[in-house]
Amino acid sequence: MELAAALAAADGTVRVHGARTKLAWARGDPDIELSTDKLDDIVEHNVGDLTAVLEAGVPLSRAQQRFAEAGQMLALDPPDQGATIGGAVATNDSGPLLARYGGVRDLVVGMRVALADGTVAKSGGKVIKNVAGYDLAKLFVGSFGKLGAILEVSVRLHPLPPATATAVGRSDDPDALGRAALALSHARLEQLGLDVRWEDGAGAILARFGGAAAGPQAEAAARLLGDAELVEDDEELWQAQRDAQRSAGGLVVKVSALQTDLPDLVRLAREHRAVLVGRAGLGLYWLRLDDGDYDALVRAVRGRFTAVVLDHPAGLEPGPHEPADAGARMLADRVKQRFDPERKLV
Amino acid sequence: MSVDGPEVTAEPGAEREPLDLGPLVNELRAAVGPEHVVTHEHQLRTYESDGLLQYAVTPGAVVLPGSTEEVRAVVRACHLAGVPFVARGAGSGLSGGALPIEDGVLISLTRMRSILEVDLDNQRVVVEPGVTNIAVSQAVAPDHFYPPDPSSQIVCTIGGNVAENSGGAHCFKYGFTTNYVTGLELVLPDGDLVQLGGKELDAAGPGLLGAFVGSEGTLGVATKIWLRVMPKPETVRTLVAFFGSPVQAGEVVSEIVSSGIVPGAIEMMDNLSIQAAEDYTGAGYPTDAGAALLVELDGSEAECEVRFGEVVAICERSGADSIRVAQDEAERELIWKGRKAAFAAMGRIAPNYYVQDSVIPRTRLAEVLGRIEELAREYDLQVANVFHAGDGNLHPLVCYDGSNPDEAERAEKCAGMIVKACVDAGGSITGEHGVGVDKKRYMPEMFTDTDLGTFQRLRCAFDPEQRSNPGKVMPTPRLCGEVPGPYRRHPLEEAGLAERF
Repeated sequence: MELAAALAAADGTVRVHGARTKLAWARGDPDIELSTDKLDDIVEHNVGDLTAVLEAGVPLSRAQQRFAEAGQMLALDPPDQGATIGGAVATNDSGPLLARYGGVRDLVVGMRVALADGTVAKSGGKVIKNVAGYDLAKLFVGSFGKLGAILEVSVRLHPLPPATATAVGRSDDPDALGRAALALSHARLEQLGLDVRWEDGAGAILARFGGAAAGPQAEAAARLLGDAELVEDDEELWQAQRDAQRSAGGLVVKVSALQTDLPDLVRLAREHRAVLVGRAGLGLYWLRLDDGDYDALVRAVRGRFTAVVLDHPAGLEPGPHEPADAGARMLADRVKQRFDPERKLV
Repeated sequence: MSVDGPEVTAEPGAEREPLDLGPLVNELRAAVGPEHVVTHEHQLRTYESDGLLQYAVTPGAVVLPGSTEEVRAVVRACHLAGVPFVARGAGSGLSGGALPIEDGVLISLTRMRSILEVDLDNQRVVVEPGVTNIAVSQAVAPDHFYPPDPSSQIVCTIGGNVAENSGGAHCFKYGFTTNYVTGLELVLPDGDLVQLGGKELDAAGPGLLGAFVGSEGTLGVATKIWLRVMPKPETVRTLVAFFGSPVQAGEVVSEIVSSGIVPGAIEMMDNLSIQAAEDYTGAGYPTDAGAALLVELDGSEAECEVRFGEVVAICERSGADSIRVAQDEAERELIWKGRKAAFAAMGRIAPNYYVQDSVIPRTRLAEVLGRIEELAREYDLQVANVFHAGDGNLHPLVCYDGSNPDEAERAEKCAGMIVKACVDAGGSITGEHGVGVDKKRYMPEMFTDTDLGTFQRLRCAFDPEQRSNPGKVMPTPRLCGEVPGPYRRHPLEEAGLAERF
């Protein structure tokens, strides 16, 4: 409530932030910054119901630790770096688990927000199935806090897989990587993750399985890949996938494309000496360039794909972070006018 | 909780004189062709209800556009004439969400049933709104499927599924319509055309797509829908186990879920529903069982093998009276028939029934069932229970004889008290059927006036004149009001350095 009052009282433009791990992604230039750091309570963890209610400022890692004690997880695994749940929701951040469990919008079942005028309102609830009222929680996913401050988030949880195993198929041929990804994403296997990686001229497709039969499933994937490595102690592999979605001081571009675009994105990464990671079965990719011709990469990606600049070096003009469709931009603006008519939140 | 205050005024157009739709009808005929506009009273009557027959309103006109451009022309004409409209797919919804408006236009989208694209490599299907749910799975068979499977899937349309955010028996594992819609082409209530998302995921900006799905036709008309499909699971294993009581079966559900098993479906029926359904289907459910628990696992052969064994062991350990494992597809279908017939079979117990659709946190099942039993006694009525047990979605069926006014009144009260008991337990008034007209009176049980006012902001952004399916969802009509002041461009924006949203 303190945050709502501060928001209402603020004289000037405001940005609400969590742990400030993704500030470079925002485009606004606020007069005032408000933090969610006092909203750090895990309000509920309903073990039997596989749900939880978290205040916006709760660090994701702390929540995950708590859930893990009960053999559960919030199936949201963006690069951590101390990020809060509120920040992950506001920026629609995600990690490799997206392949199996969906993204933020698939995991959030309710929300409490403070609007710019101090109005505190909730939507959804804390049950996993609920169609009462508008799903405003989903509206706030990816909103960058510009429709209101996220105060509290209700999420659905999933059981932690008892074991994991990953099949890794390596190739330096972009088309072979594309074929491998297609074969796996269409196979009758239930992957926990299906990722691509390209770095320094070497590529890989990673298929991760979890559950009572993680090993046998990974073996089946390895057979599909042909010549593949089987990794049981696979956490490090996936940590590296997450890490490549960030760059300290360099450039990260997120690309919304298709799975069939994978070979072209690998070639693009090769040409620009960038690191590529992504959800091979879903067509979401991250290109990272720690040092090099940033502008050339941004131009090349934008020329062919729908993309947004996330992390970026000082001095690089990151361009807009808004929907590609002009009608969607107009509609987003109409929503903004209703939720924050004074355009206080930037 | 009362909902009043300065914002609340008469419903837009509620007390107006009956409108002369004549000039508008001519425009509608010009837009879609005279053969696709219905105005004869007896023909209009066939559209008076959706799947919930308690409510009936004859619309002023029914129009059946055949393309996005025709939908735009129809909506634009309604907008200019100041006439409200209701868009409808198959009209199989169970909340009165597609109930027509008197003096309004009903837009039936059943002519728009083309599957525009099947892109199996990228696991996307692009459809018009009138395509049936089952047609999507058929279009991607045999290797893929479209997971949301409402029980009306043979007739219900994807457009209707988007409006209602439909679920189905498999949504505990696979989620709802909203989890599979990657893009929408929309005709806004003023006739503007916008596209949200598309084939690709994660469009930048706020989650307009997620906000539209489940908005029950109040934000506009979806004319093109991009859907994600999935590879078919390698195997499916199904069993039905019988227990002494729903509470006992409920404990089994909790144990299955807490051991980390995520069944494709987990469904429960109480004794009354078993009796009714068994009479009807002969699926072989013992009619003296207190509860039937249907559990279906799907996924990889290796995973299902292990997990299915665990489920059987849990059922045995928890004192199941008997367990029947489907040995082949025919037996699986028979087991499902026993469950799926439950609603239709209720007619054998009573001439009429109210179906509720409340959700509770699964761990509160025993307590809420106890409360439902109490209420049934108190109101002297039979209440049968069918649940989607995994996600706590209850479908209590309050049986009554509509020819007895006293009984009908008791049934309505009892149904309302059941909804309240579920909300009090931390649940929701509706899990999959939607609010529509039927449950809007319960909205204040879940949401405060401020919450509802915030919903209204979204409504007003899409539909400031509230002409798209007015009178649904919100318990009391509200006005939109003007957007304050002309929009001022920020200096940074003028300079092209910042964006508008």
